[in-house]
Amino acid sequence: MDPRILDRFRAIVGRDGLLTEPEQLRTYECDGLTNFRVLPSAVVLPTSTEQVQAVVRVCHDARIPFVARGSGTGLSGGALPIEHGIVISLARMTRILEVDIPNARVVVEPGVLNLSVTQAVAPNYFYAPDPSSQQVCSIGGNVAENSGGAHCLKYGFTTTHVLGLEVVLPDGSLVHLGGATLDRPGYDLCGVFVGSEGTLGIATKVILRVVRRPALIQTLLAAFDSTNQAGAAVSEIIAAGVLPAAIEMMDNLAIQAAEAAVHAGYPDCGGLLLVELDGPAAEVAALMARVREICTSCGAWELRVAQSEEERAAVWKGRKAAFAAMGRISPNYIVQDGVIPRTALPEVMSEIERLSGQAGLRVANVFHAGDGNLHPLVLYDARIAGQEGRAERLAFSILELCVKAGGSITGEHGVGEEKKAFMSVMFAEPDLDTMQRVRCAFDPERLSNPTKVFPRPRLCAEKPGPYQPHPLETAGIAQLF
Amino acid sequence: MDEVATQLRDASRDGLVVMPRGGGTKLDWGRPPRPADLVLSTTRLDRVMEHAWADMTATVEAGCTVARLQHTLAEHGQRLACDPLWPERATIGGILATNDTGPLRARFGGLRDLIIGVTLVLPDGTVARSGGKVVKNVAGYDLPKLAIGSFGTLAVITQAVFRLHPLPHATRTFTFAAPALEPLCELALAIQGSQLAFVSLQLRAGRSAEPALDVGFEGTQAGVDSQQDELLRLAASLARVDPPRAVWRAREALWQGTEPAVVGTLSVLPTELRAVCAQLHDVGAAPLVGWRVVAQGVGVGQFRLEGATSGALLGAVQRLREGAERRGGTLVVLVGPEDLKAQFDVWGPPGDALPLLRRVKQQLDPGGTLSPGRFVGGL
Repeated sequence: MDPRILDRFRAIVGRDGLLTEPEQLRTYECDGLTNFRVLPSAVVLPTSTEQVQAVVRVCHDARIPFVARGSGTGLSGGALPIEHGIVISLARMTRILEVDIPNARVVVEPGVLNLSVTQAVAPNYFYAPDPSSQQVCSIGGNVAENSGGAHCLKYGFTTTHVLGLEVVLPDGSLVHLGGATLDRPGYDLCGVFVGSEGTLGIATKVILRVVRRPALIQTLLAAFDSTNQAGAAVSEIIAAGVLPAAIEMMDNLAIQAAEAAVHAGYPDCGGLLLVELDGPAAEVAALMARVREICTSCGAWELRVAQSEEERAAVWKGRKAAFAAMGRISPNYIVQDGVIPRTALPEVMSEIERLSGQAGLRVANVFHAGDGNLHPLVLYDARIAGQEGRAERLAFSILELCVKAGGSITGEHGVGEEKKAFMSVMFAEPDLDTMQRVRCAFDPERLSNPTKVFPRPRLCAEKPGPYQPHPLETAGIAQLF
Repeated sequence: MDEVATQLRDASRDGLVVMPRGGGTKLDWGRPPRPADLVLSTTRLDRVMEHAWADMTATVEAGCTVARLQHTLAEHGQRLACDPLWPERATIGGILATNDTGPLRARFGGLRDLIIGVTLVLPDGTVARSGGKVVKNVAGYDLPKLAIGSFGTLAVITQAVFRLHPLPHATRTFTFAAPALEPLCELALAIQGSQLAFVSLQLRAGRSAEPALDVGFEGTQAGVDSQQDELLRLAASLARVDPPRAVWRAREALWQGTEPAVVGTLSVLPTELRAVCAQLHDVGAAPLVGWRVVAQGVGVGQFRLEGATSGALLGAVQRLREGAERRGGTLVVLVGPEDLKAQFDVWGPPGDALPLLRRVKQQLDPGGTLSPGRFVGGL
């Protein structure tokens, strides 16, 4: 990178706010999706909104693409650097700016960790979106990915809890979207920004809503012989009009891994359900009785309610450690993230089983079963020639299966780098083109994480209008990938 | 849908101004737009396309009325958990375009939290889908949110997909009255800070009515019963009265009256509700002839000011907005006399995002075909 540009960055963030040595840059070459790696030209670590603005202005002047990065725990390569571009790390913007308990609002900088928000409003309130990485992932990253978590079934995703944003647009200008009060006049661009995976700008301040802790929380473990039985129980629970705070499912392979890793005390079974109910004590008691009945009638042979806060924590620790636990039973694994309508679960499960057999690879399954969000974990051994490629193909055919079933290619991990080609499986060209028009309103020069999410870039200078195929395409000579 | 696309494309090619219309219940909300050459009515797009009751989702065309959708969903014990104005006439497209939600918002959130997919037709005829049919989905931009509250200025909504909720087993409403607003506002805050699982919380007040607070519960019989004691303990100093008929539709009465009036929306933080209601009380004194407010505990309320002249109304609504803005909130005038709307920016200051709003409008509706001038900042 041009040393004069580096000098400009250094003038903004100081000597210790700029990384240029290859061994330093190595830390930033990938996020949680480690099979894609790109070394950035530099990493800039601003400590204030003004510094972010100044850095982005330099990028805008010199047409340098940039990728914003929080804790780097993303699983779709959203924070993967761009060649000849820089990474803007928000890890030094970690102030909690305001805690307003009577209004259940918290204002934070993007580098604040997810769990720190809950800690700031404890014991009476909590921040509801709880991705499994909540101890290390940042709010800025959560905003970019519209992160989910087990408790989103009842409480909603990140987007439900983000009321307002301060955003540095890709030209360096500062805008305020949404705000502490509801229904501010104007298009809901705060809602559009959440989940845009860093392609619309950089959030430098986030106004969050926190939730009052319910009077009682109870967690039930139910052991079934198969995931099909467990899945049937999920459908009946929902059909009975019960909306649990969370319903999670694990298959036998996932249970084994979790047990090996954290000794959660799970029963050894073919399909495990974890059902959490919360609310007023009498309400929880009435619903828990109903849930137990349903589980029993669907074939559950062991029902266990966590008796203490410690037991409950152990139950959740096993679930949240499930991805990492795969390391105990397999040298390598791919974490996949797809969504299906809940009712399609039995057929999708048996199809995954068939595909897994065909590929000769094991697939462990962890689900947010209440909302149909599957996390198949494809296990393989990279040392065996050909296995990695087969594992990738298997993971992708599971995604196709999800789309065919009427679902989505991602429920919470994002499209990022990994799934951008799959956007065309899920959306038609006019759908994607309309999204890109919105993108052009925010980032006409295509500087903010430009190569992610969309399978094909749109040139913003193009006349807005329906997608016009290139004459070579219509002639069948060329094809866009 | 194809017809909508063809009509829109032709109209925008010919430089016509198009005004999308659903049930016509809120056409006078917002700024008076440039006169429309063409009104595009969605009322014949009125099918409930799919009620996937086992998945608790529904796909519905924009022209379907809210009541008809609810009726269909109720056959399987489900509902769209929101309570907009005039459900018998208001359409799905209309409530989305105007972002109209009622008291159930306290528990279920706004339309932005219930919609999971949308089909939009852009003025150039592009038919674009975003979101999907599953509750959890982060693939691509969240365009349903862009459509909500856009007052028909970006695209025509032709179809929406919603997540649904079960109809409750048991419901109960408690109403408390007091001679003054303060203790009721305090109770509203105490309830919101408690562990009570209320679904709606509504404050009603006006010049000629005793202030009241309504609290709604849903759930199992046992759950609802058990919360009564805790609520009555919090409300010990207040008189409990019978809730009036159709109490959760109290907002609708704000549109009734013969005097010249302004009806608008105030939005402030929950703790500021007391102050803005007190201010309503002040500005509602003479020369005005009346005022009323129905506010949700979350801080969003609708009000009606009645006056003999629109000059008096203008002064009152200006003071009210200043008060709301001083407290970090907003005030939007929905309906009011024409001359008042000509002198008063009904939306209020658009903030530093206005250039960005303009670029979004420019990208999706470059020719200014859809309801030009109706929205924030003259968009």
